[in-house]
Amino acid sequence: MNKERLKMLLKLQEVEFACIELNLYLDTHPQDQMALMKYNTCAYQLDVLKKQYECMYGPILNFGFSQSQYPFQWIEDPWPWEIEY
Amino acid sequence: MWIYEKKLEYPVRVSGCDPRMAQYVMTQLGGPDGELSAAIRYLNQRYKMPTGKSKALLTDIGTEEMAHVEMIQTMIYKLTKDASIEEIKENDMGAYYAIRDKAIYPADSTGNPWTAAYIQSIGDVKADLYEDLAAEQKARAVYENLLKLTDDPLLKDSLNFLRERELVHFKRFGEALRDVEEYSQCKKHY
Repeated sequence: MNKERLKMLLKLQEVEFACIELNLYLDTHPQDQMALMKYNTCAYQLDVLKKQYECMYGPILNFGFSQSQYPFQWIEDPWPWEIEY
Repeated sequence: MWIYEKKLEYPVRVSGCDPRMAQYVMTQLGGPDGELSAAIRYLNQRYKMPTGKSKALLTDIGTEEMAHVEMIQTMIYKLTKDASIEEIKENDMGAYYAIRDKAIYPADSTGNPWTAAYIQSIGDVKADLYEDLAAEQKARAVYENLLKLTDDPLLKDSLNFLRERELVHFKRFGEALRDVEEYSQCKKHY
């Protein structure tokens, strides 16, 4: 996996992790407006990053959540366990 | 419905092959306090949860645990994929190799296969949440044992990430327990 792609993947993991952490926090603090604002900001960033990444390297979501070029890119390597960071 | 994302939650890196450590790590895949137990526990318990907060939390933590299952599987894969037969024999992985080569299988570090008997879901929501709190503590303790069993700084980084998640989940489950307690107190006044 080339450096540019790896950099994008790490950024994606970083932002998605922020979303996961804020999501769990909001599950038990649904009225924390500041946290909700951060969550929405991170969710927007994540959406942008995912689209950029998928546009260059193919879908990271299946089942209709992302489109694919021809031939069906979902089956392309590397799979998550094969990536050398 | 669940959607698979073709990426890990957090990078898994190892400095080299280490079949012995792979077998130790395996307990967090298919052992009593492993990630599979955690995911199955929370995703079954959630149906009896009485409040929005507790239903959401068990769904979300249960889902995150599935991502941790994948991280542990990846550790085992990476720690064994380049091991030669000599290395497998020298590192006590021969008994495992005889049954299934280097395939991933949910068992604990001594080879006992995963069983649903490791978990509980008894319908008393407070009791279930107390089990969840204990489970997160036990998983944290196992990660601390694993951290003592390796010198590999890259593997330690991923294990440390997973250890930290147990602490966060513990905190959130504590908040969910208080929410469920408040709910049951309100109900008594009806």
